[in-house]
Amino acid sequence: MKECYLGVDIGSISTKGVIIDNDNNIIAEKYIWTEASPVEAVRKLIKNLKEKLPKNYVLKGIGTTGSARKLIGLLLNANVVKNEITAHAVGTVTFYPDVRTILEIGGQDSKIILIKNGIITNYAMNTLCAAGTGAFLSSQAKRLGLDVKDFGEYALKSNNPVKIAARCTVFAESDLVHKAQAGYEKKDIIAGLCKSVVMNYLNNVGKGKKIVSPIIFQGGVSKNKGVVKYFEEILGSKVIVPENSHLMGAIGIAVLARKNKTGKTYSLELENIEFHTKGFECHQCANNCELLKIYKDHKVVDSWGSKCGKY
Amino acid sequence: MSKISYPIIGDYNIPAEYLLKHLFKNQVIIPPPITNKTIELGVQNSPDFVCTPFKYTLGTMLEAISKGADTLIQLGGGCRYGYYAELQEKILKDLGYKVKVINLITKGKPEIKRIINLFKEIDPKFKIRKLFYYGFITMKMLKYMDKVDDYLRCNKAFEVEKGNLDSWRAEMLLKFKTTKGLIHLYKTYKYYFNKIKKVRINKPDKVIKIGIIGELYTLMEPFANNYLEKDLIANKIEIKRFTTATYLLMKKNKIMKKAFKQNKEIKYQLGADAADNVMNTKWLCQHNFDGIIHLKSAFCTPEIGVMPIISKIAEKEDVPVLFLTFDANTSEIGVKTRLEAFYDMLEMRKK
Repeated sequence: MKECYLGVDIGSISTKGVIIDNDNNIIAEKYIWTEASPVEAVRKLIKNLKEKLPKNYVLKGIGTTGSARKLIGLLLNANVVKNEITAHAVGTVTFYPDVRTILEIGGQDSKIILIKNGIITNYAMNTLCAAGTGAFLSSQAKRLGLDVKDFGEYALKSNNPVKIAARCTVFAESDLVHKAQAGYEKKDIIAGLCKSVVMNYLNNVGKGKKIVSPIIFQGGVSKNKGVVKYFEEILGSKVIVPENSHLMGAIGIAVLARKNKTGKTYSLELENIEFHTKGFECHQCANNCELLKIYKDHKVVDSWGSKCGKY
Repeated sequence: MSKISYPIIGDYNIPAEYLLKHLFKNQVIIPPPITNKTIELGVQNSPDFVCTPFKYTLGTMLEAISKGADTLIQLGGGCRYGYYAELQEKILKDLGYKVKVINLITKGKPEIKRIINLFKEIDPKFKIRKLFYYGFITMKMLKYMDKVDDYLRCNKAFEVEKGNLDSWRAEMLLKFKTTKGLIHLYKTYKYYFNKIKKVRINKPDKVIKIGIIGELYTLMEPFANNYLEKDLIANKIEIKRFTTATYLLMKKNKIMKKAFKQNKEIKYQLGADAADNVMNTKWLCQHNFDGIIHLKSAFCTPEIGVMPIISKIAEKEDVPVLFLTFDANTSEIGVKTRLEAFYDMLEMRKK
């Protein structure tokens, strides 16, 4: 029997699952949309991974990361629950030990991680708003009547990207409408949009950070060739997009699950596990905390959101 | 007879209550603690782009008014804080309340003559002698509180039996409320500080040390920073914080005068504590701190202005800085993610 480890990255837009063995080979992987119901998405994901997993493997660790890591950690009985910054860094360092800068643009957030000798030395994450992330690109794709997957191809066709305000999503959107109505070509607008994502990223997240190569670009948006092209153009150096760039967080957390293994064997049977959450508001003081109770097999396993610690 | 009340910040409502109760007896209305309701009230009635402390203090004022207050005390500083009193009075009057907001500090200084006149308006029988006597005790009380808190920030994370330090501190503050005089205050402080020092602490040699700097309200009011210090302590981290009431009221001017002469990074005040934070960053870098967390409320202009300087100094010394912005509705999970990553990073670096 060979040992294997599961890493699940539950992002705002997509849910990623990866099973790796002791030598970091990917045995099974899956990428699906979260569609705002992480539990359902993970059930679907696990079912799919289970079918792909050969019979001679036994699961020795589970890790969860991404914005729904805590919730899914409870569902899967994970032995590691870690934030996505650490997970991304660990995943990337596993495959590229000499990496110095990680650029990451996901569905809701974007981050920059600076690494030296395999250790995170600094990082930054976007604050307050989701400008220039995947969610913005896909909503603009809808407006332009395109699939977001074709965005990169379109952008590459253009030689003359239109200028679009990079600072803020709302301004960018009204800029885009103006440019479209003024009669600019679609490919130029899309190219401009990709460029604005890059500018926004460098101005907000990358501000004041020294970007040293080798640079690795990952997260869902890294699959967009237009964005990659403008990153290379503006930074003036090569930007590597790993083949598994969209899975890096999941790989990283799987590696962490292996490093922290407990010796226990985990199962992927989820069909028989009853799991639901119940939200309510506590009115015992003026705080009116919004509480969330997590039930697993009809028992309360955790509750969140209490300020006083009563729940 | 006018009824007075005041905005809350951290546990400093205890000395404030002590002072005002002795000066004005039953004219004082104790404001309720800050809750979600406070900030909701504040947000509803404040301009959207004003800094967050304005919203918190306005919320407390509205809650105090509903308890019967009609004269509210506000302080002022060297930034937008200096206009809080005037603007809040205007907003409250527009809402239909007949209230007065008095500003004890103008042009960055507390003018004793002005304050006395203001107090005489509240209570015609007000005695100057009392102000000096109880004012002195209150200052001492602040000093003792901050001394105990400094000790706790260094050691609370490594307490063997959790909760002991907190309960001694809570008991001390309770006793402070009924202080009978200077000697009594000193005795209480000594007694409890001894007790606190005797609590068993198991501090390893290598601990992660973080300095927290930034805008004063967000630093000092735990509700406004999502109980950041509690989170740091739960993660076994030693904390250093410069901004305390003692620092702001008594030490700031002296220290900064010296700092302007000695440092080449700062030459003049940038408003609020921005220049102080530059100096503190330097101090933290020189004293081998592992990381710095910079807190500010949304739209705090002086701190925004000073952020590039801080990151430049820290980069030169290779100390990571985490910048956090808190607004009325900051997502707790977002802050948690960034903090968790920060702890992970510091731990990795330490190894």
